[in-house]
Amino acid sequence: MIPIKVLVPSGVLGLGFDLEALKHGIKNNPDIISIDGGSTDSGPFSLGSGTSKYSRSAIKAEWKSLMIAREKANVPLVIGSCGTCGTNGMVDWMENITIELAEELDQHLKIAKLYCDQEKNYIKESYKLNKILSLNPAPKLNNTVIDEMTNIVALAGAEQIQECINTGADIILAGRTTDTAIISALPLMKGANPGSSWHGAKIAECGALCSTNPTSGVVMVEFDKAGFTVEPMSKNAFCTSETVAAHMLYENADPYILHEPGGYMDVTYSNYYNIDKKKVRVEGATWNSSKNYCVKLEGARVSGYQTSLLVLLRDNNYVKNIKKWTDKLSKFLKKEINKRMDIASSEYSLEFRHIGLNSILGELEKNLGNPVEVGVLCLITSKYKISTEIAKLINPFLLHFPLSSYEELPTFAFPFSPVHSDRGCVYEFTMNHILELDDPMDAFQIKISEI
Amino acid sequence: MSTLGEKVKKIRSKNAGPFWITIDVFCGDKKVYKDVCNKLKNSKISSLLMISEQDLKRFEIENLNVIKFSFPRKIIQGDILDRDMHGAQLAILLSEMKF
Repeated sequence: MIPIKVLVPSGVLGLGFDLEALKHGIKNNPDIISIDGGSTDSGPFSLGSGTSKYSRSAIKAEWKSLMIAREKANVPLVIGSCGTCGTNGMVDWMENITIELAEELDQHLKIAKLYCDQEKNYIKESYKLNKILSLNPAPKLNNTVIDEMTNIVALAGAEQIQECINTGADIILAGRTTDTAIISALPLMKGANPGSSWHGAKIAECGALCSTNPTSGVVMVEFDKAGFTVEPMSKNAFCTSETVAAHMLYENADPYILHEPGGYMDVTYSNYYNIDKKKVRVEGATWNSSKNYCVKLEGARVSGYQTSLLVLLRDNNYVKNIKKWTDKLSKFLKKEINKRMDIASSEYSLEFRHIGLNSILGELEKNLGNPVEVGVLCLITSKYKISTEIAKLINPFLLHFPLSSYEELPTFAFPFSPVHSDRGCVYEFTMNHILELDDPMDAFQIKISEI
Repeated sequence: MSTLGEKVKKIRSKNAGPFWITIDVFCGDKKVYKDVCNKLKNSKISSLLMISEQDLKRFEIENLNVIKFSFPRKIIQGDILDRDMHGAQLAILLSEMKF
């Protein structure tokens, strides 16, 4: 059955890809089309709220191209981490889009859904039984934290995707999955080299990011018993041994080791070389199975309600003394908030960031420069829904607060009306842990439907 | 004295999951790589990033002429105190470092 060809249209659904390159990919007879649908890359909001980072219409337009391509190639189409966070709700959201498109395209399909949500009681029980282990660094976990989480997902690996492939489904909609598992699942199943199956998957998980033309998206990876070959499908993209090898560094804390459910891959002794000007051949990675089968967990909870205000200052005296101004203002406001609203400072956080000075790097910034204007971003985050009220109290002082008591009342620039922006709930990641399973399917469910 | 950014081909930083940041220094050729490997001390990098030296992992990847640094984030990605979700601007600190 090998070699096995996996077509990866892009690093993530929603980012776009070159349609000509996709066509070229289909002509090259892939055995499966695999695309990632999510990541924690944008922060905890998606998982916390159980929503997609990308717009539904962008996802639908791209998914349409892939459903048409799949029908033409007559092979399975797999998406991992549906709707950015890969919760059950987002798998159903993706199914809904698929059903709409199947009607529009008059396609009849078998769909396998892989659910990865974790029930709180199951997580508490596993924690009690020491089946949950922390990675470094891990936030503190206990039953209260588990209760506070709005979503907990486990990252599926190759085994769970293989179960889905074995159902004979045309389309697989998977919840949270490791970026690599959707690519490595089929080659591993068909007897390709295990180390290289994971290595090739890692190289292709961001689509054409491993080539000279990242935005073209589409790459094909061919897996066999000794290694893999990667080739971008766009006319204007090339893989070189450097672009491919360099991708092992990308977003990886360790450039040689990648942990996956059931073990880890090691690329210390792998070799990369160009077969021609487009294709790169890679061999030498190894797969090391672990004694216990573990999957990674992700969770998020509400960290507060947030409201922001932005004021702009051009007055030279204030620009020069901006830190002094916000320190003084902060002290004053905390007193006023306590006095007028009866809210203790432990109930909220009040932060001022100086845009134009060091708003990105904070205390790490060494080059403070000499700006002509400064933006002050005021962030209020409260435990209860009081951040808007606090912002409204702050509003006039942000506009008029003087540096000294003997000067005329200054007025700064507000770029918006209203000046405050409610950011709603903000979330925080609460888990960097793994869960030990007796059987890979213990924390996952598959549902089949036909449309 | 020039900066590290002027000396090497490219420096990039990126989050590696919500709990880690990784910085890649692409030296371009063997000569620069050897020079940077010898002169760029972990103590300098950790003080620049205000982290403890024990938390800093260093990888010297000779076949790519790359030196890689990884360290756990002091502030978890997306925490209310986080100022740069992707950590990609941190690379500037190394770029502007006197070398």
